[in-house]
Formats: sequence, structure tokens, C-alpha cells
Amino acid sequence: MRLTLKIWRQDGPDATGGFETYTVDDISEDMSFLEMLDELNENLQARGIEPVAFDSDCREGICGTCGLMISGLAHGPEVTTTCQLHMRSFSDGEEITIEPWRAHAFPVIRDLVVDRSAFDRIIQAGGFISVDTGAAPDAAATPVPKVQADRSFDTATCIGCGACVAACPNASAMLFLGAKVTHLGELPQGQAERNSRVVDMVAQHDHEGFGGCTNIGECAASCPKEIPLDVISQLNKDLRVAARARR
Amino acid sequence: MSSSIGLKWLMAVTGIVFLLYVLLHMYGNLKVLAGQEAFDTYAHHLREIGEPMLPYGGLLWIVRIVLIASIIGHVYAAFTLWSRSSSARPQGYAVKKSISSSLASRTMRWGGITLLLFVIFHLIHFTLVKPNFNSEADAAAVKESPYVMVSASFSLIWVVLIYTLAMIALGMHIYHGAWSASQTLGLTSTPRARTVAKTTAQVLAALIVVGFLIPPFYLYFSSL
Repeated sequence: MRLTLKIWRQDGPDATGGFETYTVDDISEDMSFLEMLDELNENLQARGIEPVAFDSDCREGICGTCGLMISGLAHGPEVTTTCQLHMRSFSDGEEITIEPWRAHAFPVIRDLVVDRSAFDRIIQAGGFISVDTGAAPDAAATPVPKVQADRSFDTATCIGCGACVAACPNASAMLFLGAKVTHLGELPQGQAERNSRVVDMVAQHDHEGFGGCTNIGECAASCPKEIPLDVISQLNKDLRVAARARR
Repeated sequence: MSSSIGLKWLMAVTGIVFLLYVLLHMYGNLKVLAGQEAFDTYAHHLREIGEPMLPYGGLLWIVRIVLIASIIGHVYAAFTLWSRSSSARPQGYAVKKSISSSLASRTMRWGGITLLLFVIFHLIHFTLVKPNFNSEADAAAVKESPYVMVSASFSLIWVVLIYTLAMIALGMHIYHGAWSASQTLGLTSTPRARTVAKTTAQVLAALIVVGFLIPPFYLYFSSL
């Protein structure tokens, strides 16, 4: 495959960026998107050009480190992470525009790499359980109904990649918040801090400069882990209950 | 309350106030079908509800105050959230595609502004100034009878057209707004509740568009 890549290049957080156009040849459709970028970078390096900076770690779709806006779609055209996206999803001769996640709360560090520590600070604000949950055998001592356990697990699959923010027209992180609040709120161990958790996490979310939710649904449609939109309703409900309890 | 979810709450609750009002308004409009006497009596009766406990037109003023308070809250929340959203993404994408969002959901803001402008026009048209656009209608009768006032206006195709476009905008706003409000109020935490909320929003939007468009079209075709 031969592809034309329009890639956002930016030397540093304060530098003004812009698009550069590169051509890559002999791309196998079995390559992952990131392998294709590795190929490009080897070429660039051979030609004495600074390689394109992008984030990646596990490359098996479980860590949430990678994440690119690919021709206007977060993680590209498939429901998966950028590392698990393969070149067979593109056609020969295609022009692909690659941009970093765009959000005030996710400043660009370099090229396609953004700083997502805003998510870490949201987790630090309340996305945890303080009680000692014991060792592995103790888990069996606290029965959790199947429905709750399943919902908790499904929402715990959120890898914090930031695609929801990237895809949202408001750059809102409500799907991320909803996933975390639902994940912990469905479990018995999560009840003690349930009210303060949602209040503190929403406050931190707003403080970081993420936008508000308009229930458009682009986040859930872009989520590589298919976190459903009803977690945002759950988040709103938990906040409502917490606000009442505070009075 | 100033959190983004608090503002959404304000938006949802005031939106529900409008929704209830619009349903009542639609019901009243349909009285046009019962003829001039029924419609004029209804319009007059609206001012007498609650007498003698309330003064003449008292209930109408209570409703107006609630609506004015709601519009202030709704618009305030909308613009605050809009400006937060704009600063949440100072630099946009060169290429951005929508995967699942509906046209209605993406036009809430400009559609809302369109509706606000329409409401101002509509108040001038039928409540505040009552200009007589129809040279064939008797100006005194237009001031006297609400039925004559609306039928004189709706015998003009351009007036019917303005109201039709406005009702389509309203339908789209409700289609996304009613579902969005139930999501904001935390009533849609299960897939089933979500389906119910979406269907309810669709039915409400369709009902309101059709219900509001029957009187103008009825009056237009009866005037031919």
C-alpha cells in the first residue's frame, strides 16, 4: 500500500505546530497503524528528519497509552485502540490525517503526544477505594450480585485513553468519569466513599477545564472498550443523590 | 450548582417546564378546530381561571413569570456551558467526523437561538403588538377576536411557512432535549430506561410538531 500522511508536527508545548505531508510505500495491510508509523519514522530517521513523536506502550489494546485522531475519528475507523487498528482498514492511495487529541486539559507535549495527567488527577480526587479489601481469598467473603459484578467489570475496562474527550464536541470527560464512578459504585467496597467520590471527581473534572456533556453520544461511539452512554446517566444520578445527602 | 452537571440540571428542569407549557399551548391551539366561538371563549376563559381567588388574568401572569424565570435559567445555563465547551477545546481538528450523533443533537445551540428569535417574533405577532399582516382582514375584528387574529395571519402562506420552520426547529430541539434531560436527571441508567427515554422523546417531538401545525394548515386551507 502507498499512503499519504498528513501529520501534525509540533516541537514542544509552546511551539506553534502545523501539518507536514509524508508518503509511505510498501505498507502491508497486516501492519498495525503504529507499525506503519514506525516504518515512517525509520524512513525519516534515515533521511535525517526528526521522527514523529507518538505514544504507545503495550500495543495490545489494554493499556490506554496510544491514541490518535485518524482522519477525524478517535482511534480511527474501527472500534479498538490505535495499536490494534490494522492497515487493512485503509485503502491503497488513501490520504490519512493524523492529529493529537485536542483538548485544553490535554496539552500537546510534542507532535502527537499529549499530556493526560488531568485524568490521573481526577482519579486522585476520588477514583479509589480506601478501605482495606484484604487478600485474594477475602474477595470470596463479600458476595457481589452477578448483575452488579458484570456492570462493574464492564465499566472497569475503561483504559483511560482519552478517546471520549477527543471525540466529544465539548471535550468533556463525562464518559471517563461515568465509567469510574459506575465501576466503583456497583461494588460493596465502593459504597463508603460513594458520595464524596462523585462530588470530588466532578469538581476536579471541571477544574481541569473539560467541557460539559450534551448527551450527543460521540464518546460512547468512539470508545475502544465500548463503555455505554448509560454510565453518564449513572454519574448524574450519583451526583444528584450526593447533593441531597449533603444537605 | 455551578458545576457543569449542576448547569445541565438547570437546563433539564427548565426544559421540562417548557415542555409542559408547550403541551398545554398545543392543546389550546387545537380549539381552533372547534370554531370561532369555542376558541374565543377558551382564550377569554384562560384569563378568568382561578377567579375570584386570582385577579383577572392572574393565572396567566403566574405562568408567564414561571416561563420568564425558566428562559433566563435555560439561556444562562446554555451560554455558560457553551463558553466552557469552547474553551475546553481552544484548537479544533483539521478533520473531524461524527459517528453516531444525530443532526438534532448537533444543532441544539443554533437551533435554540433560532427558537428564541421565533418566540420573540411570536410574542410580538400574537401577544404584544398584534400587527395585522393581512390587508383583507378587518383590523378592528383582529384586535377583538383571537380567532380572527390567527385566521387572518394563517391565510398568508409566508406566515404559515415561518411557523412550520419554527415547529420543525422545535421538534428537533425536543427530540434531543427530552432524551438529554432524562439522561441529565439520571433516569436512564439502564439500556431499557434509555430506550424508553429515547422513544418518549421521539413521540413527544412528533406529537408537538404535528399538533402545532394542524391549526395553521387548517386555517390556511379553509381560507382558500
